Amino acid sequence: MTDAMSAGAGSDLGDAGARSAGVIRVMGWFDRWGVLLMVAIMAALSWLAQPDVFLSERNIFNIFRQTAFYQMLALGQFIVIVTAGIDLSIGSVLALSMMCAAILADGGAAWPLVIIAPLLAGLFVGTINGLGLTRLHMPHPFIMTLGMMFIARGATYLISGGRPITGMPPEVTWLGSGNIEILGLHIPVSLVIVVITFVIAWFFLQHLRTGRHIFALGGNPQAARVSGINVDRTLVIAYALCGFMAGFAGLLLAGRTNSGFPNAGEGDELVAISAVIIGGASFFGGRGTVLGVFAGVLVIGMLRNLLNLSNVQVFWQQVLIGVVIIAVVAFDVFRRRLAAAS
Amino acid sequence: MTPAIEAAQAATTHVTVETPIIEARGISKRFGQVVALSDVSLQLYPGEVLGVVGDNGAGKSTLMKCLSGLHPPSAGEILVEGRPVRLASPADARALGIEMVYQDLALAGNLRIDENIFLGRELTRRIGPLRIVDHKANQERAMEHLDKLHIEVKSVAQRVEQLSGGQRQAVAIARATAFEAKVVIMDEPTAALAVREVRKVLDLVKDLRMHGISVIFISHRLDDIFYVCDRVMALFHGRNFADAPLSEIDRNEVIGWIMGNKSGSDVPAGLDLN
Repeated sequence: MTDAMSAGAGSDLGDAGARSAGVIRVMGWFDRWGVLLMVAIMAALSWLAQPDVFLSERNIFNIFRQTAFYQMLALGQFIVIVTAGIDLSIGSVLALSMMCAAILADGGAAWPLVIIAPLLAGLFVGTINGLGLTRLHMPHPFIMTLGMMFIARGATYLISGGRPITGMPPEVTWLGSGNIEILGLHIPVSLVIVVITFVIAWFFLQHLRTGRHIFALGGNPQAARVSGINVDRTLVIAYALCGFMAGFAGLLLAGRTNSGFPNAGEGDELVAISAVIIGGASFFGGRGTVLGVFAGVLVIGMLRNLLNLSNVQVFWQQVLIGVVIIAVVAFDVFRRRLAAAS
Repeated sequence: MTPAIEAAQAATTHVTVETPIIEARGISKRFGQVVALSDVSLQLYPGEVLGVVGDNGAGKSTLMKCLSGLHPPSAGEILVEGRPVRLASPADARALGIEMVYQDLALAGNLRIDENIFLGRELTRRIGPLRIVDHKANQERAMEHLDKLHIEVKSVAQRVEQLSGGQRQAVAIARATAFEAKVVIMDEPTAALAVREVRKVLDLVKDLRMHGISVIFISHRLDDIFYVCDRVMALFHGRNFADAPLSEIDRNEVIGWIMGNKSGSDVPAGLDLN
């Protein structure tokens, strides 16, 4: 038996193996760093088009500051997409959380409360999404979160009376639009928060059991179930985290705009999905990295920045983001087929 | 009834000194109106490879799912080493040392080999309040375990989707045996394999006996059954049909059992279910 197994295993990876091993290595490289290549290309294009403005400290950090809340939305969406799910409610949850903060601030609540309330609101709605999905046996998370998209948006209008509310405590605006001086650079506080959050998320997904189970679930839910993983509990955690991140996004946006407005985040769930996909995650679950998500948001942010700096009509931004999504995935499919063929 | 079957039944009634490692008594399972199993019994003795045959829909897979805790039976009882047990989930069965290797493999292709072997039972170390997955220890333990079973892989850090069908099956078996398994249930472990990989997996199954593991082996392939099994039992329309040591029966009899005939001579000449 020993001989049969080892000889066979060896010859399986013989001549054909050597060639495909090379392809696999290149593919592995692309899986990991391809999206950074895209960031580099975007940066190069931006620099070529606007050499004076693009590389200024102010412009670079503006991109990060403006996209900070997208980073949070996309990170939450990513966790859910890894489970082969989707969360359509995060744009509405962002607005609901933002409105909770604005109403509390308007009522004179202490700043810690204004910070914690939107996070809890997001966590709460996310947990409901997860519980609804698993307990009500929804056929697909699309349906649960589509329903929640309307519920949370409606609730936002109900509690605000449809009017924006201006005025946040300085601590909150500091989070959204303040800077920290590090090594002479005025780094946005929101960028620091985003980086810390991404590092924590990376650690969670790579090194904690629940994080690995989220990936296992996305890879093969049946395998996860028969391995004794509590699939429902893991799903609830994923959606709760996604909601929490949407609440965090609402907090950052409230801080940046010094207000809460009920139509905030409309359509942003789709921007978050786009960023996750551009960042190389698979829509079918189990695949992707937090670094990819960060880069995916950055690509969208830089694209918008480039078009703004070049005075391109804002509608073209939408067209181009759509083109980028399709092009990125088409290229991904192409190289996978190439690898499979060799 | 052929003499072989009578002899086998006589034999099983006499072997009362040895307690089955796992035994099912009078198992019935209904799915709504459909009766998948009715009053089925099974005994598996220590160190034995038991082949289970039957046509599609005979109830083989359902019986195995009852034994592995995936579908609790509607009636009947399951005993492990003579003690009645309740298997409400695969986790219950696993805790008693009963593992299942599924027909569709049930591996997560996006995860590494070691992650699949230890999925749901990861080795962790504590840092403060956190239990952190010890990837290094998992990889070392996985490698040791694969070595013990003489399974060769380039590296345990490979993703399972990069492996051949036979290697995946080997990983699935490695997972089933990673934690003190007493019984491994295999549902058509060779069905999806290339011909040249079948023998390797069968040898691996034979090898499990040397590690003190009993095996229930479901297969349609009589070649496989006759290669690895000590005893074979047949289900027909959700009921026990026949049961005999392999040494006392021939292929035609087993083909007959699958088709619901107790006499091998009833099989039309030239018909081969393989």
